[in-house]
Amino acid sequence: MRYAMAIDTKKCVGCSDCVVACQTENNVPIGYCRDWIVEVTDGTYPQLEIEIRSERCNHCENAPCVRCCPTGASHYEDGGTVLVTHHKCIGCGACIASCPYDARYSHPDGYVDKCTFCLDNRVKKGEDPACVSVCPTKCMYFGDLDDPNSDVSRVLKMRKWKTLIPEAGTKPHVYYLI
Amino acid sequence: MKEEIITSGRMNPYIDPHLNIWHWQIPLYLFLGGLAAGILFFAALYTIQGKQDKYRTAVKIAPFITPFILIIGLIALFWDLKHKLYFWQLYTTIRFESPMSWGAWTLMVVTPLSFIWCALNIKVIFPDWDWKFQWVKEVEAFFRRNILVISWILLIFSLILGVYTGILFSAFNARPLWNTSILGPLFLASGLSAGAAAIVLLSKDHFERVQMAKIDLIIIAVELFLIIHMFMGFLASTQVQIDAANLFLGGPYTTPFWLFVVMLGMVFPAILEILELRGYKMPHYIAPILVMFGSLMLRFIIAYAGQESRWLY
Repeated sequence: MRYAMAIDTKKCVGCSDCVVACQTENNVPIGYCRDWIVEVTDGTYPQLEIEIRSERCNHCENAPCVRCCPTGASHYEDGGTVLVTHHKCIGCGACIASCPYDARYSHPDGYVDKCTFCLDNRVKKGEDPACVSVCPTKCMYFGDLDDPNSDVSRVLKMRKWKTLIPEAGTKPHVYYLI
Repeated sequence: MKEEIITSGRMNPYIDPHLNIWHWQIPLYLFLGGLAAGILFFAALYTIQGKQDKYRTAVKIAPFITPFILIIGLIALFWDLKHKLYFWQLYTTIRFESPMSWGAWTLMVVTPLSFIWCALNIKVIFPDWDWKFQWVKEVEAFFRRNILVISWILLIFSLILGVYTGILFSAFNARPLWNTSILGPLFLASGLSAGAAAIVLLSKDHFERVQMAKIDLIIIAVELFLIIHMFMGFLASTQVQIDAANLFLGGPYTTPFWLFVVMLGMVFPAILEILELRGYKMPHYIAPILVMFGSLMLRFIIAYAGQESRWLY
């Protein structure tokens, strides 16, 4: 089982619903966020291209944060999701420095926190992650890459896609449809 | 032209607008760790070579500052942790992939050894010192019999400690400035240089000072070579590493790096040491103090500049 997410940059309008849904679902402290919207403008006027993305932890297959964690608090969980065990985390910040996507933050309670793909609170109950379930343009797909019939497998077969900074060697599990 | 804006207002502390998770505690610790590694390396080396009397300060006096600086370094590290009460989790596992893990274990070897080293030489500082209990005397005698074994362990672990201060940074591929394997040898050289400088500073023996100054000169030459090598590597690499190098080649860290680290911390003290070796009379403490200052600045600048270098996507 390999959980993955695909986000359609052609459909995303950058409404930030996913950000708010995540903050509510996961009790993210005020002023922090586990996912966020990026707007990329490329070119010179009038030839401009714009891409809007909802970004979060990429749950990398070769995660630098898991590699550099001195206590094993950052680890791979079911389906390849990357999680942090709070009571093992010493808050040294190595994983925050190691993430090329800057997807981790230091929780005010001391431990390091990030997107969990809503693994325990939703996915294990058969639901989609909070961000996916609220998206008003239905631009996000979640599922198991090993299941050829999952939403994410099907959309990745049909559409062109990219991952963020593949040259960093992290093998991300969040795909962007282009 | 490409412009990237985070529109959802992500302003996670320590990450935005750029990474600033590590503050003064980390570079201070890296300096103190490197300095202790340098001093203990020379102490162990001259003991193994049987030159304890020729290099009395290096073997018997300078190591007395190492327990103090290691403990200050450990306090700085602890201060930096955000989940402090869980620090002991470091010592529940050994993770070889994580430099911080084996660095923590290396400190657990080097720090007690530095105390033992001082205990063995305590009569040099306090001639009337007497261990009150018989069992302490027996333990001391045991260590004294095995001083060569201790020296070898110390020699190897001080080198690991010195290299680790650099590897800690170079293991992060997310920060292109840090992501160069040159940092390991560069920080080791810088630590050995600071250690040699500390011995020059403390020594009252002319022969020892001259020898350590000569060693320091060689290490400074190696450091300059490594720095040039590092920039050659960056400039011949990908865009993100070219951008990282440009932080020092016209960017905001240009003046601090070339002035404080290279000129004041390496070139100037090297010139002073050469002049002194040629017989010019000058205060002997200027060059070593500058070398240690340069070693400290190197760590501060690399730590802060590295957190500003990032991938583009």
